[in-house]
Amino acid sequence: MFGKLTAALKEGLRKTKEKILGGIRAILPFGRDLDADLVDQLEEHLYSADIGPRTVGKIMEAVRAAWKNRTIKTTDECFAFLKAHVKGILSGESTALRRAASGPTVVLVAGVNGTGKTTSIAKIANRLKKDGPVILAAGDTFRAAASEQLALWADRIGVRLIRQDKGADPAAVAFDAVEAALSSKAAWLVIDTAGRLHTQENLMAELDKVKRIIRKRIPDAPHETLLVLDATTGQNAISQAVEFGKVLDLTGLVLTKLDGTAKGGAIIGIRDQVKIPVKFVGVGEKVDDLETFDPDGFVEALFETPETKG
Amino acid sequence: MLESLSKGIQSLITRFAGTGKLTEENVKDALREVRLALLEADVNLGVTRAFIERVKTRAMGKEVIEGVNPGQMMVKVIHDELTQLMGGPDAEPIKFAGGGPTVILMAGLQGAGKTTTCGKLAALIRKKHEKSVLLVAADLQRPAAVEQLKVLGAQLGMPVHTETGMTPPSVCERAVARAKAERIDVVILDTAGRLHVDDALMTEVAEVSRRTQPHEVFLVCDAMTGQDAVNSAKAFNDRLPLTGVILTKLDGDARGGAALSVREVTGKPIRFVGLGEKLDKFDVFHPARMADRILGMGDVVSLVEKAQEVIDERTARAQAEKMFKGTFSLDDFLRLLQQVRKMGSMKDILGMIPGLGAQMANMPLDEREFTRSEAIILSMTPLERLEPDVLSNSRRARVARGAGVTLEQVNDLMRSFKEMKKQFGELRKMGVFGKLMDPTKGLQKDKEKELMRMQEAGVNLLDMQQVKAWRQFSGQKAREDARKQRKRR
Repeated sequence: MFGKLTAALKEGLRKTKEKILGGIRAILPFGRDLDADLVDQLEEHLYSADIGPRTVGKIMEAVRAAWKNRTIKTTDECFAFLKAHVKGILSGESTALRRAASGPTVVLVAGVNGTGKTTSIAKIANRLKKDGPVILAAGDTFRAAASEQLALWADRIGVRLIRQDKGADPAAVAFDAVEAALSSKAAWLVIDTAGRLHTQENLMAELDKVKRIIRKRIPDAPHETLLVLDATTGQNAISQAVEFGKVLDLTGLVLTKLDGTAKGGAIIGIRDQVKIPVKFVGVGEKVDDLETFDPDGFVEALFETPETKG
Repeated sequence: MLESLSKGIQSLITRFAGTGKLTEENVKDALREVRLALLEADVNLGVTRAFIERVKTRAMGKEVIEGVNPGQMMVKVIHDELTQLMGGPDAEPIKFAGGGPTVILMAGLQGAGKTTTCGKLAALIRKKHEKSVLLVAADLQRPAAVEQLKVLGAQLGMPVHTETGMTPPSVCERAVARAKAERIDVVILDTAGRLHVDDALMTEVAEVSRRTQPHEVFLVCDAMTGQDAVNSAKAFNDRLPLTGVILTKLDGDARGGAALSVREVTGKPIRFVGLGEKLDKFDVFHPARMADRILGMGDVVSLVEKAQEVIDERTARAQAEKMFKGTFSLDDFLRLLQQVRKMGSMKDILGMIPGLGAQMANMPLDEREFTRSEAIILSMTPLERLEPDVLSNSRRARVARGAGVTLEQVNDLMRSFKEMKKQFGELRKMGVFGKLMDPTKGLQKDKEKELMRMQEAGVNLLDMQQVKAWRQFSGQKAREDARKQRKRR
């Protein structure tokens, strides 16, 4: 039933679940009639799971409407209603990576500082290498030792890295990497970029330039543009997705740091507010701690109760 | 979505505008908006609840003075309470050891910005306190973290202590011993990012703390953190003798509600804030300004202070006089441009003005235009700069060639200059611009207070009508008029 969700993800989710649904199950005990107090408490618990006021507002509006017209009367019905609603928000687009019709598939990775771009790239590359030769491009030429960090990863997972000196033009690095990918007939090219706050106009313009340079050689590239979001980020995650989306045609999200007590609830808010599918979730520091995101499995795991666990 | 908090406050003011006092009913309505707004600013739910309760008590209490605009009163209560919650008006200075090296331990989650912050803190300590610093690379987890600190050390020209084949607590202990031997004043320990639920790593950082006995233990916290901020802050506070918090990435558009949450659960003050990637983008924490930010009220106080720092007083006075007299020349315009640039990027400055922040975030401001304007003015003769009216078409064409720009661009600049001159005339009547740009006038106590009161009321200082309305409204005469009107009814 949980398909691709591994134990690691489940462990991360277990905590999310404790937060969101452990709490909800405590509020919505089995076999009780719904009352105004319970509904209010439910609302507060959704807030504390980083789902965000807007999405919580929408969900609660639906819950209250259904309660009012007697569609849901008991706590159990409310629980089921909630689950269906969340599923509705998350399901939809495919989470598989798009491939180039021919030649290398270019994956551009962007995000604000400290979300885990470089680590995610290493993890993604590690997955992709089973599917053909991978080239990494060290496009973060700004942060001290960023390319060294990627070089260490490239070495560990055994893929080729294209890099230039610190302070080089990231677009130039991207161009070199595209050339290398084409000439060596690589299947994948994954391009790292420096972390930047989405409010920095000039740095956002720089991203646009990287994109344009790539297109000079491969017109339909990048085939995937992934935004890396930190799951512990609050409402600003939505602002990040919107602003990066203005410059890049985002095709997917990578949600990192979902292990620990990070809140999976953010996924629900983000998916509701920005219609970009979550493609990967990061669940640890090791290179295989990355999972493709399975929305249905996620909801099932999230709403799994002791009774259905079996 | 970002502006919802200030909108909430605005609607709150509007709602109260017609009523004479705070009633239980309208306070409750308004607080619902504030509550949502705080949640949207990522303030933790529990913290929000406690906060709302406190504001309610205060707003309903005796502090509500009759005759004052209830909306202003309400905003003031909220603002004060927020400021209070974030730790009094002044930031604590760094505690240095009496003898021997001062040890500063930095801890936090992955990606919070610890390593960069170490560099910034080191730079600040050297500049402000004139002490030598040893940076210690104790992040042995993340690939190339040691390398990153080495690069920062090289940039700053500071020693970096690195050792391999040893556990982080041992590295730190030996680094402190080295500092003692080499008579280095301050040791900054950069530890690895760790999840607060990772027991092994939490024990390790606690061990570092036990063995080095740090004088300051800073939790480095990302301003964008959501509801979970309370859990991680609490866990770090339980395991480490935290003395303060450093809030990073405040240069983004996050409202930074995490600041409030962290402060509330740890009881430890926020000491510094990170405002950008460069090593000098670091500042002591100002609770009142953070309250403004969470409430979306801009940062006029910062603007005034920043202006004060860079503008030479005498030049400013002369310039302000010229502006007001209408004898403002292109030379003065050039000087003004250069000073404004010294203050920082245009966007930083404009972002501090209440009501402008939001618009500015989306408005690309071309810094190159400044350079261009400079080039154009510098290509003019002294006469042309003093008497712009002599600039005939042929003169303009010469200037354009000299500055390497098009005739159209010269014409544009002349138009802006004329427009500016005209606006100065109008501003003079209001007297507002003088306060912002002229420190000699702007810093007179009562006027500054008025400015702050306007800011508290959410008045857009660049909107003359709002300023005018506020002045009328807050004036004694206006209040009397209102009372008379009420009697008549």
